[in-house]
Amino acid sequence: MFNFGNWTSAFNELLLGFMPEWGAVLLECVLIGVLVLLAYTVLALFYILYERKLCAWFQCRLGPMRVGKWGLLQVFADMFKILIKELICLKGTDRFLFKLAPYIIITSSVTMLACLPWGNGLQIIDWNIGIFFILAVSSVGVLGILLAGWSSNNKYTLIGAMRSGAQMISYELSLGLSLITICVFAGTMNITELVNAQNNAWFIFSGHIPAIIAFIIYVIAATAETNRGPFDLPEAEHELTAGYHTEYSGIHFGFFYLAEYLNLFIVSGIASLMFLGGWMPLHIPGWEGFNEVMNCIPSIVWFLAKAFFISFVIIWFKWTFPRVRIDQMLSFEWKYLMPFSLVNLVLMTVCVALGWHF
Amino acid sequence: MSDIKTIISNVCPSVTFEESDGLLINVPEKDWHAFAIHLKDDKELDFDVLTAVVGMDWKDSIGVIYYLTSTSHDWNVIAVKVVCEDRENAYIHTVSDLWKVANFQEREVYDMFGIKFINHPDMRRFFLRNDWVGHPLRKDYDANPELNPIRLDDEINEDDSRIFTLDDNGKVVETPTKVFNEDDYVVNIGPQHPSTHGVMRFRTSLDGEVIKKVDITSGYIHRGIEKLTEGLTYPQILHFTDRMDYMSAHQNRHCLCMCIEKALGVEVPRRAQVIRTMMDELMRISSHLLAFGCTAMDMGATTAFFYGFRERELVLDIFEKTCGARMSMNYNVIGGVIADLHPDFVKDVKHLIEIMPSRLKEYHKLFTGNLIAKNRMKGIGILSKENAVNYAVTGPSGRGSNWSCDCRKKHPYAVYDEVEFDEVLETGCDSYSRYLVRMKEIEQSCRILEQLVDKIPEGDIRAQVPKIIKLPAGRWYQQVEASRGTFGVYIESTGEKTPFRVHFQSPCFNLVGVMDLCCTGFMIADLITIGAALDFVIPDIDR
Repeated sequence: MFNFGNWTSAFNELLLGFMPEWGAVLLECVLIGVLVLLAYTVLALFYILYERKLCAWFQCRLGPMRVGKWGLLQVFADMFKILIKELICLKGTDRFLFKLAPYIIITSSVTMLACLPWGNGLQIIDWNIGIFFILAVSSVGVLGILLAGWSSNNKYTLIGAMRSGAQMISYELSLGLSLITICVFAGTMNITELVNAQNNAWFIFSGHIPAIIAFIIYVIAATAETNRGPFDLPEAEHELTAGYHTEYSGIHFGFFYLAEYLNLFIVSGIASLMFLGGWMPLHIPGWEGFNEVMNCIPSIVWFLAKAFFISFVIIWFKWTFPRVRIDQMLSFEWKYLMPFSLVNLVLMTVCVALGWHF
Repeated sequence: MSDIKTIISNVCPSVTFEESDGLLINVPEKDWHAFAIHLKDDKELDFDVLTAVVGMDWKDSIGVIYYLTSTSHDWNVIAVKVVCEDRENAYIHTVSDLWKVANFQEREVYDMFGIKFINHPDMRRFFLRNDWVGHPLRKDYDANPELNPIRLDDEINEDDSRIFTLDDNGKVVETPTKVFNEDDYVVNIGPQHPSTHGVMRFRTSLDGEVIKKVDITSGYIHRGIEKLTEGLTYPQILHFTDRMDYMSAHQNRHCLCMCIEKALGVEVPRRAQVIRTMMDELMRISSHLLAFGCTAMDMGATTAFFYGFRERELVLDIFEKTCGARMSMNYNVIGGVIADLHPDFVKDVKHLIEIMPSRLKEYHKLFTGNLIAKNRMKGIGILSKENAVNYAVTGPSGRGSNWSCDCRKKHPYAVYDEVEFDEVLETGCDSYSRYLVRMKEIEQSCRILEQLVDKIPEGDIRAQVPKIIKLPAGRWYQQVEASRGTFGVYIESTGEKTPFRVHFQSPCFNLVGVMDLCCTGFMIADLITIGAALDFVIPDIDR
């Protein structure tokens, strides 16, 4: 199967040929930064269209159809509009924190994006605490939301931010526990090793019952982590107009908007990494011919397809379910989801210790 | 009727009786409160519903007409007329301690007529700003725009309220009070807010996310319809009704037409009666579908909202073909309807009746049965039957509290006495029950349509009425069952071609009156769902 690592090391060799090592590393860092930001934008645009079209089809509508063929250019028009809008900063807001908040959110989201295993050899940050790092960085995002809500000097945003804080901190527990369950199973937190461990069978198959439970818990918790319906209380537009980002305009609002869509992609990407093999094609032990055919599909396509599929499920939730209430949501997490994931962690440990897995 | 007179004379000897479209009782102001207690609590009288409070200015005197209904005695309606002793310093004792619905009703009368209600707990204006000069529905009101320019500044004294009491010398004493405490955390919801269903403003004091009190500020789209009617002829005032509760346009207009026809003594042709009944039921279906959609929407289930609107479109298409409009139909006229049915009408209605059951099943599958939706509505916004009666919450919301209050059954009009349908009642007293009543009423409306659609008789669509309509001197009160409850029209005429006074008793006015009661103790997210389940329409409140 093709290894993108060959390309990157060839490029590295090329650079080392005519410049010192520090220069090559600097240039590579800049290039990667540009590529990540580019991927970020393109994915965000894709996701906005993806969600709008899916939601339209759920609702017996066509969705955007006017700009470009099937409305394909609509997102560019939207983005352009958001870029040229005035950045409004109201009287009474804490200007520094108000302007800082969107950048904190976008930074946390970009950093997470950089950790994902895009394909065979296509990995930006790869160290032994990979998953742990992703979890740590994802918690920084909530700081941005709290700052946005607080600095806007508005009661709606404050309630939205408080809800968001309570929600994200609570659901991070289940999210982390379900990921730890898989780490226990794989015996590593390194992202490359996690993917390679799924060469023979994806974790959701080889880890059977505890892995499937962990997957379900993860999808629920991830939906809550990304503030999407039915857990979109922080921005519950019917109660709080727009929650924590009510007072934002222009590209500041755009950052929240982009980060929300990208977080959807990121949680889907992590789900595909931890449960569905990351970029690893579907391999069935013993079926060599089938495995060869699967290997012909590029690894990046596998990764994106899996991520888009999980995003589809999460989008499906949003356009089907009503919104839960804050107390219902918190009691669901603390009384059901978290104890359940703890039990599941024990179950997985027992399975691993006794070798009850494939 | 005569035995009521004897009972009342025994209770309060100072009253006099008048017969004008039902019994009217004249009560002196000083005896009114004691008499009201008898009216409400005496078992033989038992007038437990205060149907309407109509402020009146007869030029030489000023006062209030109360319409009362007894649910236990065959939905008997009486009117009580209380005249103030002094026109310039007018006051009447409040009855908001007996019938809670009078709280807002009396505030409206105070706003429009300047009558002070003694012992009323919160005597603020209801529609107009606190700094408005004059009381618009008084006949001596000065409409000079210089007195009330368009004010661009905020209302600074919106928290100030007052209680009027009588001292020993019979003088009115004003005691200032505050609406909220100093340290309350007050969140302003509305008037510009996505889910107040219009320009309604709820000032909500919170304890964390739990609601402590809801203060309603209304009047953002008050158009002064009652004032406007006093300068227009009867056919001209008809179109206002479509613009109050635009989701009950046909029923409202039906009511006003019936009231005028009753005064004129016009017999409406049978074809027109059947058409009116069918239009009312189509309107009800459309309204309840919108209510379903908005309830779902307010809980974040946007998809269900679109499903509701998909079917509502069919009803609107039927209206468009026959009435030429989808929203303000202007279809009923005095004596009948304005135009004959479109040739497709029967076919379209049959199509609607045919697909509705399967679509309702789809809604239940998508939304009603959903665990989250159930958790959001069950046990939320409790309104007991006693409170529903006391606050005169009629319509699907009242029936969700197991109060049988359907005007179509209690005072049948048009051809409702010839069709079979069930009055839907639910015992839950919560948002879920109100929601279920609406869904089941769609089925009942389809049932009524089914019985009528093949039996629309031939004949005139309109009775002959005079070119210039002049009502004889007198007063009339008429009620119909609109989509959201009992809608009433009061007309007082002096024999001119313009009415002397028209009052619209809108159901949503009472619905919004229970918001504080229903929301207290629940969470801020519930305020929205309670509002959606009560399903008020703001232009109906702000007439």
